[in-house]
Amino acid sequence: MTRKQRRLILIGGGVGVLAVAVALMLNAFRDSIVFFNSPTDVAAKHVLPGTRIRLGGLVKDGSVTRGADLSVRFAVTDGKNEIPVSYQGVLPDLFREGQGVVAEGALDPRGTFNADTILAKHDETYMPKEVADALKKSGHWQDDYAQRAAMPLGGTNK
Amino acid sequence: MIPELGHYALMLALGLALIQGTMPIVGTRTGDPVLMSMAAPTAVAQFFFVALAFAALAICYVTSDFSVLNVFENSNSHMPFIYRLTSIWGNHEGSMLLWVFILAFFGALVAVFGINLPAVLKANALAVQAWIAAAFHLFILTTSNPFTRIPQAPFEGRDLNPILQDPGLAFHPPMLYLGYVGCSIAFSFAIAALLEGRIDAAWARWVRPWVLGAWMCLTLGIAGGSYWAYYELGWGGFWFWDPVENASLMPWLAGTALLHSAVVMEKRGALKVWTILLAILTFSLSLIGTFLVRSGVLTSVHAFATDPRRGIFILAILIVFIGGALALYAWRAPLLKQGGLFAPISREGALVFNNLFLTTACATVFVGTLYPLALEALTGDKISVGPPFFNSTFGPLFIPLLVVMPFGPLMGWKRGDLFAAAQRLLAAALLAALAMAAAFAIEQGGPVLAPFGAGIAVFVMAGAVTDLAERTLFLRVPFRASLQRAIGLPRSAWGTAFAHFGIGVTLLGIVAVTAWGAERIVELKVGDSLDIAHYRLTLNGLFSRDGSNYHDMVGRFTVRRMNGEFIGVMEPTRRSFPNRSMTVTEAALMTRGASQLYLSLGDPAPNGNVAVRLYFKPHVLLIWLGAAIMFVGGALSLSDRRLRVGAPRPAKARAVLQAAE
Repeated sequence: MTRKQRRLILIGGGVGVLAVAVALMLNAFRDSIVFFNSPTDVAAKHVLPGTRIRLGGLVKDGSVTRGADLSVRFAVTDGKNEIPVSYQGVLPDLFREGQGVVAEGALDPRGTFNADTILAKHDETYMPKEVADALKKSGHWQDDYAQRAAMPLGGTNK
Repeated sequence: MIPELGHYALMLALGLALIQGTMPIVGTRTGDPVLMSMAAPTAVAQFFFVALAFAALAICYVTSDFSVLNVFENSNSHMPFIYRLTSIWGNHEGSMLLWVFILAFFGALVAVFGINLPAVLKANALAVQAWIAAAFHLFILTTSNPFTRIPQAPFEGRDLNPILQDPGLAFHPPMLYLGYVGCSIAFSFAIAALLEGRIDAAWARWVRPWVLGAWMCLTLGIAGGSYWAYYELGWGGFWFWDPVENASLMPWLAGTALLHSAVVMEKRGALKVWTILLAILTFSLSLIGTFLVRSGVLTSVHAFATDPRRGIFILAILIVFIGGALALYAWRAPLLKQGGLFAPISREGALVFNNLFLTTACATVFVGTLYPLALEALTGDKISVGPPFFNSTFGPLFIPLLVVMPFGPLMGWKRGDLFAAAQRLLAAALLAALAMAAAFAIEQGGPVLAPFGAGIAVFVMAGAVTDLAERTLFLRVPFRASLQRAIGLPRSAWGTAFAHFGIGVTLLGIVAVTAWGAERIVELKVGDSLDIAHYRLTLNGLFSRDGSNYHDMVGRFTVRRMNGEFIGVMEPTRRSFPNRSMTVTEAALMTRGASQLYLSLGDPAPNGNVAVRLYFKPHVLLIWLGAAIMFVGGALSLSDRRLRVGAPRPAKARAVLQAAE
């Protein structure tokens, strides 16, 4: 086994493993990419019912209603459009009216978004970046979300 | 006064770093021993001043000096002392200061312990270390100054985010930073070798302990973060493939590959060029991790809210250092001489296999983490890549790695006998098959892949034991002789066995929790019961409790076996912090052997019921126990005799300075 042969084997092996990895990645990308949409995007792009997407925006003040058996309904808005969301389960600690939220799930034919996951993704200002961008695009961005998050609760969310 | 002193000390450190980064390099170019020997004292002095700056900030936090903006924003005089201390690094500016503190510390360690290093290598390495330090000192001083003052000092601070008021914060970031920054040593040495144009096995022997130390800290830091997230976030998950978590996993994967590659280089002088590339890549990944967290490009529970200026500055640092390092590598690597030959089937071959799969796995994590960013930059679409992606790419790549792992230590250098190694692993394979059958039989109805995973885990663990058994000739010579051999085994052999065993343990924990865990999410009222696995939990009562800066709503649960036998009480709480208007979940955990019952409360419903999340996590503690075992293995390897008995130094006359007349 000469140096050259050995090097060729090594390089061949390396390329082989990389090819396998690329194939795995492409396969995974096909299945598991989820697009983020604001309520305006959902209306504009005519997202089909059943397509799995992420929906983000602000929780509309006064829209949270809790039902039996851990079911909850609320509306997600970006100032221009809003979409009703239904979810069953425990909400994250940081879920609050007037704050940003990202939900993952699919629209049903009647226009309600059935969420199976509510995400608590945020930074120090409790505003997911995608939601902030969506709000800025719709012209309803107010710069005081950080202060609002830090202020004492007015008792809206029980 | 103290904040100003700290600020000034940092500026002095920057100046020293600039000197440390230029004079020794001039010395190596001109062959001037005096200039080269400047590197070590300058490194120690730089560390001294950075330590002063850090101490100044620490004093400001501990004394709750709210005239300093950073302290005002992140601390509160009612916090317990330990949290006042740890909130130094609970924010961007303070944690950057911790970063450069550790960077300067490692530089000083190299200066102090590198007595028997060749002068040129030492000068170059310390100079590169200084470049990194200078870049980050400049970053801190221009964009993230922790010592900014507020003209009218407020009476009270804003308080640290309650989730961070936890022992985990005392441990997780410093340990992680030790790991991240420890990789800079390997980077500095790699660049130094490229600058000099030569490298040899002694270089690998010198660099390996630093990589090992950084790897150990990174392992423990990641495991600590995982455990902290597990009990703190209330969802019982231990790994979320969050971009910032991935940013810590990537240097770990590359660092593991580097560790193994350095072994080959030290023993056989082979894989030199590859090892240098890995050293550059590991630290580059560590820098990229810094960028991801602090630049604001990512949404993550970990991310610091920052302004774009910082992001741009860090990006510039990344481009300069990573781009420069890779360019230097492309230019100078061909200069380095080839090392020893080896057959593909040999221990070197197994280690190359290991490196191949580790780096490819690292690449998949890299793609998965950065693809959303790239796509958003190019097309504006926002996508998210989550656990399904990583599970279907990372998992399959790790399996061959783990299967080959027990073969490596059993094969010889240069030319290995695969068949003989396989024979020796027969017992381990049998044990694995037994485990697979047992897993399949006991937990019927679980995922099909779970027994397979359990089998691999047992194979890895048994393989590590087989390695030790072979080295001590266990069962082939009298037991006493085996014991003698065991005592005389080099500690690095014990280290290898422990570390490999640890991976098997962690894998077993992950498989068990993922495949056989149970979850119940229900709404309960007082008096209701909830069943999971073979336990029955009853909600006895809900009541309030107050703490120093929080208010708890507590649920008292009695845990019994199905037959009614009383086991214990669990009290999960929902904790609210009035001055932050924030509520967090404090889950209750009950440990049963290596398994845990995990109970957390959700929101109270309007009718007075409370939402409850109950998980049964079988063998979950094995995940972190495995990481601890890996750490012990690393420590054993670090204490190996060959690292304490250095190469003999030839006596040399000290360079004598001529007094100016």
